Amino acid sequence: MFNMTKNVVTNLFTKSSTRLYPFAVRGHFEGFRGTLLCNIDECIFCRTCMIKCPSQCIAVDNKAGTWACDAMACVYCGVCVDVCPTSCLSMTKEHRPVATEQQTIFLQGTPKKKKKDAEAAE
Amino acid sequence: MARTILPFGPQHPVLPEPLHLKLTIEDEIVTEALPTLGYVHRGLEKLCEVRDFNQMIQIVERVCGICSCLHALCYCEGIEQIMGVDVPRRAKYLRTIWGELHRMHSHLLWLGLFADAFGFESLFMQFWRVRERIMDIMEATCGNRVVVSVNVIGGVRRDLTPEQCQWIEQQLAISEKEIKQLQTTILSDYTVKKRTVGKGVLTKEQAYQLGAVGPMLRGSGWAQDARQTGYAAFDELGFEPVVEYDGDSYARCAVRFRETLQSIDIVRLAIARMPAGETAANVSGAMEDDTLRPVGGKRGDIMQAYNRDKHHRITAAPPPNFDIPAGHVAAKVKGKPDGEAVTRVEQPRGELMYYIKGVGSKNMDRVRIRTPTFANIPPLLAMLPGCELADVPVIVLSIDPCISCTER
Repeated sequence: MFNMTKNVVTNLFTKSSTRLYPFAVRGHFEGFRGTLLCNIDECIFCRTCMIKCPSQCIAVDNKAGTWACDAMACVYCGVCVDVCPTSCLSMTKEHRPVATEQQTIFLQGTPKKKKKDAEAAE
Repeated sequence: MARTILPFGPQHPVLPEPLHLKLTIEDEIVTEALPTLGYVHRGLEKLCEVRDFNQMIQIVERVCGICSCLHALCYCEGIEQIMGVDVPRRAKYLRTIWGELHRMHSHLLWLGLFADAFGFESLFMQFWRVRERIMDIMEATCGNRVVVSVNVIGGVRRDLTPEQCQWIEQQLAISEKEIKQLQTTILSDYTVKKRTVGKGVLTKEQAYQLGAVGPMLRGSGWAQDARQTGYAAFDELGFEPVVEYDGDSYARCAVRFRETLQSIDIVRLAIARMPAGETAANVSGAMEDDTLRPVGGKRGDIMQAYNRDKHHRITAAPPPNFDIPAGHVAAKVKGKPDGEAVTRVEQPRGELMYYIKGVGSKNMDRVRIRTPTFANIPPLLAMLPGCELADVPVIVLSIDPCISCTER
């Protein structure tokens, strides 16, 4: 009984456990899987992220050189970041901003030429 | 006496998840209860036929929002059993730590909801405040608060640094103090006891015959816990289940409360005994993460002092020998799962069982998940007849129903 009373008195004179949200934001710890980013210049369009993604939200076209992600289907497991051979995928610790419409992240890069084509061009 | 049929759920203030009970009432006394399930069926078991066996880890994690880590652990152990993967010891300890953190946050969540079920709002908030500390540990170490996604076939994806271990110990010490402050209120308070003692009694025989699992079974006097089978690092840590003998809502509450404190001790012990080494075995066909490096940290001083007086039993096992050198590389395993395995893991709600069948292709032939709430619904239906209508929320909540788990 008195344990709880002590608790109540402590609570009265200590800082609030909750925050006044828009004015005080909690923030995230280092290593939090927040937003998925792709550095398209380093991407080699190998499609490993697309194959490994458990929610199948990534679509890579190696001929057109595009990388697309259905941001609302992404479950932020971080598997794509782990498997990316060039480490062009990364995750920031901030959440993706709230959206009212379906969002697709669409990035256009330069498709890598095949060796044969590259030699022919030279 | 006039009979009334009263629907309880699927939307009810006390229920976090959709369970519908058709209660037959005679003058405020329940005479019969019939459940209806199927509101949140997602067909996750069927997905194993179209998804890669590695992708299934993230899918089975989403069977339950509260004990995701333990689902992934159970699944990975099954695949490892089929493929004959030798999981590094450090990975086993890390799995134990994250598994027990999940149990703590689930029990704290339940203790809060239980307090809310009998109208003790203030106690509910106190428990959830402590829970927030555990969620912070999870976010800082795994990268997410609930669906932690740390298990892979052959080990774990993340590692703990000595500084993180120290920080976890500090946070656990504060949490333990805060939880103990609430002990007298939840277990000895007159009003709380009035609502829980003698409500929803499940006798020892009934619990056995109806196949109750987890805190339901242990609250009725059976010392049975899947952690005794020694999954993850429990074979080295030693473990004795928490048992209460009355079989009522109060006993189940006491089991969960004491298990929360026990989990704190297990995490401390696991941190103290965690060997250095790599965190994942090399499994070809499974995900390979080149960024994982063996971390050989000194873990002397944080881990001493595991001798404080305990009000619950844990570990009499001798400390393991640390023969395996840091940087030991487990044999590489190749191939696809071909065979069958049954694995059991103790979830916060009880025993979780996975049956996995692979046929040598990247897709599994069958993944059957038996969750603890599925086993605990028949005992619930045996407890309800004879109780008062006002006690129904307390009794229903005392089984800690997780309907999303049950329907998968």
